[in-house]
Amino acid sequence: MFCGACGYDLSALAQPPVDHPTVAITVPPGTGAAVGPGTAPPPPAVRYDDPPRGAPAPGIDDFELAAPGPVPARPEAEPPPADPRSAAPGPAPAAGPAAKVCVACRTGRIDPDGYCENCGHAQPRERDHTEQELDAVAAVSDRGLRHHRNEDAFAVSAAALPDGSPAVVAIVCDGVSSATRPDEASAAAATAANEALLDALPRGTHPQQAMHEAIVAAAESVNLLAADPDQGPEHDPHRHTNAPACTLVGAIVASGLLVVGWVGDSRVYWVPDDRTAPPARLTEDDSWAAQMVAAGLMNEAEAYADERAHAITGWLGADAYELEPHTASFKPDRPGVVVVCTDGLWNYAEAAHEMALAAPADAAARPLHCAQVLVGHALDGGGHDNVTVAVLPFAVPEQGAGSAYGTA
Amino acid sequence: MANFSKSRVPQFSVDVYQNEYLPEGGREVNAIVTVTSTGGGTSGAAALLAGAGASPAYIPAGQGPGPAAAVVIMVDCSGSMEYPPTKMRNAREATAAAVDTLRDGVAFAVVSGTHQAKEVYPGDGRLATASEATRAQAKEALYRLTAGGGTAISTWLRLADQLLARADVPIRHGVLLTDGRNEHESPKHLRDALEACAGRFTCDARGVGTDWDVKEVTGIASALLGTADIVADPSGLAADFTQMMRKAMGKEVADVALRLWTPVGAEIRFVKQVAPAVEDLTGRRTEAGPRAGDYPTGSWGDESRDYHVCVRVPEAGVGQEMLAARVSLVLPDPPGGTPQTLSQGLVRAVWTDDMVASTSINPQVAHYTGQAELAHVIQQGIEARKSGDFDGATAKLGRAVQLAAASGNADTAKLLSKVVDVVDATTGTVRLKAKVAEADEMTLETRSTKTVRVKK
Repeated sequence: MFCGACGYDLSALAQPPVDHPTVAITVPPGTGAAVGPGTAPPPPAVRYDDPPRGAPAPGIDDFELAAPGPVPARPEAEPPPADPRSAAPGPAPAAGPAAKVCVACRTGRIDPDGYCENCGHAQPRERDHTEQELDAVAAVSDRGLRHHRNEDAFAVSAAALPDGSPAVVAIVCDGVSSATRPDEASAAAATAANEALLDALPRGTHPQQAMHEAIVAAAESVNLLAADPDQGPEHDPHRHTNAPACTLVGAIVASGLLVVGWVGDSRVYWVPDDRTAPPARLTEDDSWAAQMVAAGLMNEAEAYADERAHAITGWLGADAYELEPHTASFKPDRPGVVVVCTDGLWNYAEAAHEMALAAPADAAARPLHCAQVLVGHALDGGGHDNVTVAVLPFAVPEQGAGSAYGTA
Repeated sequence: MANFSKSRVPQFSVDVYQNEYLPEGGREVNAIVTVTSTGGGTSGAAALLAGAGASPAYIPAGQGPGPAAAVVIMVDCSGSMEYPPTKMRNAREATAAAVDTLRDGVAFAVVSGTHQAKEVYPGDGRLATASEATRAQAKEALYRLTAGGGTAISTWLRLADQLLARADVPIRHGVLLTDGRNEHESPKHLRDALEACAGRFTCDARGVGTDWDVKEVTGIASALLGTADIVADPSGLAADFTQMMRKAMGKEVADVALRLWTPVGAEIRFVKQVAPAVEDLTGRRTEAGPRAGDYPTGSWGDESRDYHVCVRVPEAGVGQEMLAARVSLVLPDPPGGTPQTLSQGLVRAVWTDDMVASTSINPQVAHYTGQAELAHVIQQGIEARKSGDFDGATAKLGRAVQLAAASGNADTAKLLSKVVDVVDATTGTVRLKAKVAEADEMTLETRSTKTVRVKK
């Protein structure tokens, strides 16, 4: 159905997706760990990163993360360490030499603008499908089946902490499609957050503090896009009043800690290697529905039945109401994988146990394969949105190896 | 900064305004293409001329800015030009003013038009080269012009064409002045002459007084890619001719074509110039390679024009993206070379299930759709009024008042208010005036195609 090299959709379109709503978690796994203000009343501004969806399917339960110990942030200033071993985020190899002929009509050649000289169809672009694999993290991003371009972006990297132990980073961003140039917003945010972490972690900044600062840096990079005078009038003329915007979710695995941070409705799930242990969702959406439930103004069923349910209430961008980066730290007591994803995936595996079911059993051993399988899960479900998934295996440190950030 | 070297071709830029988002099953793609040409020394020449006032400080021959050009002025000398006698005098003076505006080095000739065409200056089938001396000689020759005879415009155009063909220059331009109907030949003669001359030179046409036919004059300008206007009061001719000639002298590049490439299976609904005036180019396509065609735009100076392109593309699924049209400005076939592309823009189609995106209408497209309708309803309204259908005329001209007001087309609104009493511009409620000056109605009809650009 898809080109193995470039991910271009070569088949008829799939059925529209059966959409699942966001369900607020009943037992927030990171209770007390979130940095920043608590539950705020719904802000006046909301925006959609996708059209509103159908009716909710209530009754899906989440499970508490097994023994996630909240760890207080304790930033420590350390001298700059050895050079971080990191890989710049980059696209996977695109289609090979075979891409000279149009993928749609198979007769026309491709003009310099990327369209077929015969039938005019746009050709697969680099960002339509990208994959990246490092030693301890892998990510896959795909345009999906219903959107004409991929407005998601990711960055994965590895750094060395001052003590020489590795820190692994994954950032995933989802461009807000009702804003202008969402693809540029997500790319800028992912790059900026990743670079901020690669700078801060080797200097010994506490990962949770570093995550907070990385989100702020990402927000600034997206804000700068709004001021970009290079904004062509033809780019998105009917939407150009909206500043570029995106969501961000990130995870850091370092020294036995799992730190997450987010703004918007992209998520992190925890899936233990032992699938009999309960999985968990580690983030709480900045969405209208989540806020209504959290504020006690509506129950889940009512909130998710509302057409505003999926409107996001937090995002990165010049017209954001107020930037509230959320961060949380966890200390898992068993090995597992961390799934960092956009709603293009979790729309098809909303509850934590659904995500755990969708992830292959050998996820920790083959993170790239796991990310590919999860993207495939979303496409099989309808691929209504862009899909981006990063997978970070988490191993419990040897006894005594201890965390540099442990509570002393 | 001044560069008097060989290259004078202005820089062309193309901007495309459209909502590229189509709903599932959507096929029609609309876009406004703004073409702007800048540079090429035109503004310098205009500044020199503007500063020169009534007695231009001539630029020394051979160093003047602007490309080589040739101009033929065609003056109506039919018998009616003597009624009133001021008309012939004003025509002479206007032609003299136009001659004064000719840049040094420009090849030119003056033709008098009746039921036949005669060379007034320089004669013998030649063109004169503009200089202080030849301009004086031409003006002297003008004073010997007398009125008498009929009107057969095709003969004027054919003589102008023969004369202009002598000049090996890129810019070939005519100026035609008439005061009466083309009544001494069949309409077919004029049509054939226009067909023969199209693409060989451009021509501005002016009607003086109120005894001429609006469709004839606008038809000449339209076929020959020039402007048409009314000069109801002959005393306004000199100023009009001076301005018209300045614009002609500002032209830097001729025979520019708007080239449209469309994908296989696509159908071009229409291609219209929509600013500064409405001009339907759909039927004037010449094929230019696979799935591409050229639409003539004539010659360009420092100016900006808008085009409305409407293409029907084959259906594609949600999430697909297609190039619906590639719009480029080309100089076809320079001697011994391939067509030169001056600039280009892309018209896209993207299918989405986001209803907000696919149902919004691009402001430029909406504006010019309204301006084209404005021109159309004015013409229909005047037609209805002439044929005695006063209800129809009231409805059409009422709609015109409404459109002109909504789009900020103040000039057209003012012209309309001389033909109808406006009760409420917002709803388009009007009453036909009992008595309308012929000049006012002809002015409205002639200028009905003039548009304004989108309010910022």
